[in-house]
Amino acid sequence: MSRVKINPDSKKKELDQILEISGENIRDCMQCGKCSAGCPASNSMDILPHQVIRLLQLGQLDKVASSQTIWNCASCFTCASRCPRNVDLAKLMEAIRLTLIRVKGNSRLKADDVPGKLDNKIPQQAIVSGFRKYNK
Amino acid sequence: MKYSYYPGCTLKTKAQELEKFALDSAKALGVELEEQKEWQCCGAVYPLAKDEIATKLSSVRSLVAAHEKGEKLVTLCAACHHVIKRVNEDMKIDDNVRKKVNNYLKLTEEYKGEGEVIHYLELLRDEIGFDKLTELVKKPLTDRKIGAYYGCLLLRPSGTMNFDDAENPSIIEDFIKAIGATPIKYPYRTECCGGYLSLDKKEFVKEMTTSIVKSALKHEVGEIVTACPLCKYNLENSEIVDGNKISISYFTELLAEALGVK
Repeated sequence: MSRVKINPDSKKKELDQILEISGENIRDCMQCGKCSAGCPASNSMDILPHQVIRLLQLGQLDKVASSQTIWNCASCFTCASRCPRNVDLAKLMEAIRLTLIRVKGNSRLKADDVPGKLDNKIPQQAIVSGFRKYNK
Repeated sequence: MKYSYYPGCTLKTKAQELEKFALDSAKALGVELEEQKEWQCCGAVYPLAKDEIATKLSSVRSLVAAHEKGEKLVTLCAACHHVIKRVNEDMKIDDNVRKKVNNYLKLTEEYKGEGEVIHYLELLRDEIGFDKLTELVKKPLTDRKIGAYYGCLLLRPSGTMNFDDAENPSIIEDFIKAIGATPIKYPYRTECCGGYLSLDKKEFVKEMTTSIVKSALKHEVGEIVTACPLCKYNLENSEIVDGNKISISYFTELLAEALGVK
């Protein structure tokens, strides 16, 4: 078995940005999988929550950035509240999303698309949160 | 007892009944909730990024306004409560956020998170007391089997929200008991409803909410109560509620009913 360097030099800049925005220490994660076991959205995820952290540890950011997982996370904070090592994965997920949508023109949800997503009953709360989460 | 009250955008539009029943009930309970004059939308989601400052300002404005009046700030919407409470925690413990927010707002006195924000359910539990509430009930909801749906925002992260045990909460069940009904605990009562994902992943959210409602029905829950407008919307869109087998209402509606002001 070959040795793996945690926090490799490739993609260092991008990774540093994610760590800075989230304020989290990914080296604390010991891959116990508790976050994935409790995640209510994991059914629809192509990479499981604990695997997201592992990929970050290995510097394989492309796999994370192109995943469905980061967009299917509902920020319910179950992962963070159950983590025995106090890693807040919800903050990491947010930081990954932000590094993508903060790039000009990359907002995931455009204002013009909002009306088409509404029905008569949808609360304002959903629109405001969606907009905050997907538009920068 | 007098409090500053923060309504939030949804309570003025799609969730008017959450507010109306709460305010009518407050009167019956002898509590004065004064709506803040210039409240601004909380943003609905807590800004998880450490470098976001502007999105925290509206919460701080409300916290400061209540603190200056020497009043606690009362919230009703689970999302508003979550955002304002977490921002207040940042003002207490995050030097960077506190410094930048204070610089920007140019307050006469530096704000360091001294204010207190409480949710209406905490007002009932900690300020009025459930025993006192029981005494004030005029029409106990006897024989009604009610399941609490907590969702995420009131409970997690528990260290900051300090609302109840995040894995096994009891505040809404205690409330249900206080108004004379029978609370029923079911496993999915703290599981996420999908939240804002319902904006463009409706089918997936339906899957999540259907498991929640199924879990409630399996434990013979007759009706579900919640404190969150988005939870209510999502639960109502589950496969099962479509068939009208079970109703989803705001806890304030049951409160008003029990107090005889509905």
